[in-house]
Amino acid sequence: MTDATVPTNKLGLTKQDYVGAKSTLCAGCGHDAITSQIIQSAWEMGIEPHRVAKLSGIGCSSKTPTYFLSQAWGFNSVHGRAASVCTGATLANRQLVNIIASGDGDSMSIGMGQLVHMIRRNVPVVYILEDNGVYGLTKGQFSATADVGSALKHGSVNEIPPLDPCTLAMELGCGFVARSFSGNPKQLGTLLKAAFTHRGTALIDVISPCVTWNNHEGSTKSYKTLKDKEMPIHELGFVPYYELGSVEMAPGEVREVEFPDGSRVTFRSTREDYDPRDLYGAHRAIHEARDRGEFLTGLLYVQPDKPTIHDFMYLVDEPVANLPQARVKPGPEVLRTCMEELM
Amino acid sequence: MSPAASILRQAEETKTMINDFSIEVATVNGSGSQTANNVLLRSLFQMGIPVSGKNLFPSNIAGLPTWFQIRANAKGYVARKHDIDLMVCMNPETAKDDVLKLGAGSTVLFDEPLKLDGLRSDVNFHAVPFQQIVSASCPEPKLHKLVKNMVYVGVAAQMLGIDMGEIERAIGKQLKGKQKAIELNRNAAQAGFDWADQHIPAQDRLRVIRDHKTDGLLIMDGNTACALGALFAGVTVAAWYPITPSSSLIEKLADYAERFRTDPETGQRTIAIVQMEDELASAGVVVGAGWAGARAMTATSGPGISLMSEFIGLAYFAECPGVFVDVTRMGPSTGLPTRTSQGDIGITAKCSHGDTYHICLYPGSMEECFQFTYQAFDLAERFQTPVFVVTDLDLGMQNWITKPFAFPESCHDRGKVLSEAQLKEIQDWGRYKDIDGDGICWRTIAGTPGGKGGYFTRGTGHNPYAGYSEKPADWQSNIDRLKRKFLGACSVVPPPVLDRAGTKRGIIAFGSSDPAVGEARDILIERHDLPTDYLRIRALPFTSEVEAFLHDMEVVYVVEQNRDGQMASLLRDFFPDQAVKLRNVLHYDSTAITAQTLIDQITAFEK
Repeated sequence: MTDATVPTNKLGLTKQDYVGAKSTLCAGCGHDAITSQIIQSAWEMGIEPHRVAKLSGIGCSSKTPTYFLSQAWGFNSVHGRAASVCTGATLANRQLVNIIASGDGDSMSIGMGQLVHMIRRNVPVVYILEDNGVYGLTKGQFSATADVGSALKHGSVNEIPPLDPCTLAMELGCGFVARSFSGNPKQLGTLLKAAFTHRGTALIDVISPCVTWNNHEGSTKSYKTLKDKEMPIHELGFVPYYELGSVEMAPGEVREVEFPDGSRVTFRSTREDYDPRDLYGAHRAIHEARDRGEFLTGLLYVQPDKPTIHDFMYLVDEPVANLPQARVKPGPEVLRTCMEELM
Repeated sequence: MSPAASILRQAEETKTMINDFSIEVATVNGSGSQTANNVLLRSLFQMGIPVSGKNLFPSNIAGLPTWFQIRANAKGYVARKHDIDLMVCMNPETAKDDVLKLGAGSTVLFDEPLKLDGLRSDVNFHAVPFQQIVSASCPEPKLHKLVKNMVYVGVAAQMLGIDMGEIERAIGKQLKGKQKAIELNRNAAQAGFDWADQHIPAQDRLRVIRDHKTDGLLIMDGNTACALGALFAGVTVAAWYPITPSSSLIEKLADYAERFRTDPETGQRTIAIVQMEDELASAGVVVGAGWAGARAMTATSGPGISLMSEFIGLAYFAECPGVFVDVTRMGPSTGLPTRTSQGDIGITAKCSHGDTYHICLYPGSMEECFQFTYQAFDLAERFQTPVFVVTDLDLGMQNWITKPFAFPESCHDRGKVLSEAQLKEIQDWGRYKDIDGDGICWRTIAGTPGGKGGYFTRGTGHNPYAGYSEKPADWQSNIDRLKRKFLGACSVVPPPVLDRAGTKRGIIAFGSSDPAVGEARDILIERHDLPTDYLRIRALPFTSEVEAFLHDMEVVYVVEQNRDGQMASLLRDFFPDQAVKLRNVLHYDSTAITAQTLIDQITAFEK
């Protein structure tokens, strides 16, 4: 029996049912703040833990699936390539809720090809890119998202231009592209809830300072710099389909995007007239902000109704992994036909 | 006297080779010769004569030289034959070399403008005006190129005594339903036949007479056989990346799946076949799908295996099932993409960094390509590990005669998987706890309800409860258990095929070398008085029969189509005290092995 004083979600589960092992990351690591929001949003959304596949590659970010949803199935795979493992898992069982926890080292270098092709195929997954601009686990080398002019702790300065996972994903046709900041838990939590509702690949690039290797003066991804430069493009709201009747929509300058299950994301623009459904406008706004030295956060682009890999594969509705032998092993008459054709 | 008996008596007198010869056709790749070659092959097969067809093709779409070798042999010797009895020269670029490589007494048909008959005086030349014949038989000039090759089929049929009715049947079979193409090709073949009838003097060196040795058999390639094995094994996820010579395996699977694994009403499929961006991703999909409970596979060749090796190591260590078919081509590196080899024995056995051994199956026939691919899925799930089916280009893409396959009656073995109900009963489940003592632990599949099955799969060190561990004792006991699990497979993998003759002189071979071994063993007895015992390995881990065989022999010739004697190295690893008996018999010039290779090398050892 659940203690009546402890709040529960629609499944009757407490938040404690969504936690994992104790983090072994450095105290103050941005990734732990992301983990907290994954726990919070999965709990609020009432996601069944046993349906979750939480996958990762190699690196600090890739350790985090251990720290949330201990009742789920975790898979810490090879560097940068949780994407293909996830593709296999979703083909085996399309009812799984997939989460990939990755990092900039994992996704933007060796994992780039797999991320790109995962987006092409629109594999259903919440892909969280925990982005700190450095390789933490190998002690602080630059990653491919390090900004030009950013200095390492030991002084060397990056001169090679960074890759931007968000504009890349938008270019590739990703139907849900967001950027957030581990220091903005409210926004991140809302984005995660919306991402769980999305049918295909939802990419969230979360700038997440590395307190040990990239939080010093001269770093462009320190807590201090990021707090100064972060520009949320809107105040976000998320209304899951099962709460639609009970929530009063705020009046005024609110836009909304409806997802196929009926859930809605609402936006109240805080700057200019950013419309996340307008691909060209979004590209332009992001590039202009970058030129000004700011980074925009929020739901940068959304297009909820694209076909997914399951549509492309024409798969049966139930998980193919669970199909009984009778449905996957043709009978002797089929073998006879195949043999006769070759006679 | 019956016609056949009269031919036989004549043969006695003139050394006629009846139903025992090889034909090689040299053409330009992309010239449409494949249809003609297959018709010639099939017509011999339809006349009841055991045949094999080997396409020696270039890594090219059109323009480079290609050769097709047909061997007909009444005794059923279907290995490649080194000596060519009838050469058909259609390619100006290679014609001279094609003639010069022949043995004395061979017969050559050549395209008249090539004027080859001055090259040597010890072969029988016949200049054939192919263009003239095709122009007369086919009214549309733009189609001449397409049917020109069919003319040599008619010429050869007339010379050898192949029934034109069988040629027509073979054309019909080859061009199923394309009525106009059938007619054009039939006319071209007939025109060739008629021309030869008038212009080529009757010869009695090479002769075909009807036999019944192929009754009830069919012609197939190993990639089709493997695809059928996977289909009946109920493969549910296949991820792949195109690579010669494996591509046709998944393409065949896709054809069969479209017909037999698709709901005719809804169009929904019970299989996902996905072409990935590379072999790394293909392996990743196999690992993820196997982990999540699918019967997953890929097919590739050596360069793909190299790329997949990191994921294969993960699958071995994290214990995810998956089937990897390696249709081996000649390596290292890009190597010779369209030539055969058994050069991946080492990499498949130990694919990955660190300590690994994988279950490998080595089919040596079409039936085994089918059965072993079927069985590989059971083994992968039973042992929760990657399983290799190691074939090669010769098996995978060439034409082999085979009996029709028997339906695999066995139920799919899904291995030790805990259900929700079982999980409820268990108090202390650990993903990597060896409670049965066979090294195989009970697993759960993502999505199983109840809240008790979740665990963390990782490529890092782990304890029996799947928790991260750097403890030396955890590491060593886990890696030892994996070896125990692997060795345990020797009780269920296909045992070797043994042919004991009571000698102390053994031959060990595997895979596509089998026909050459059979032929060589007969010749070693007939001509060299060297009887041998024979063991054909069909799987790794090696079973007790392999050890007993090594024990019983004084010397063992290990026949392989690679440079380094990779299977012999594995045998030395497993049976070090028998190592001194092993002799390498190797063939690695990129052609398929011949009986002569064995005879030359074994007789040299025996001197």
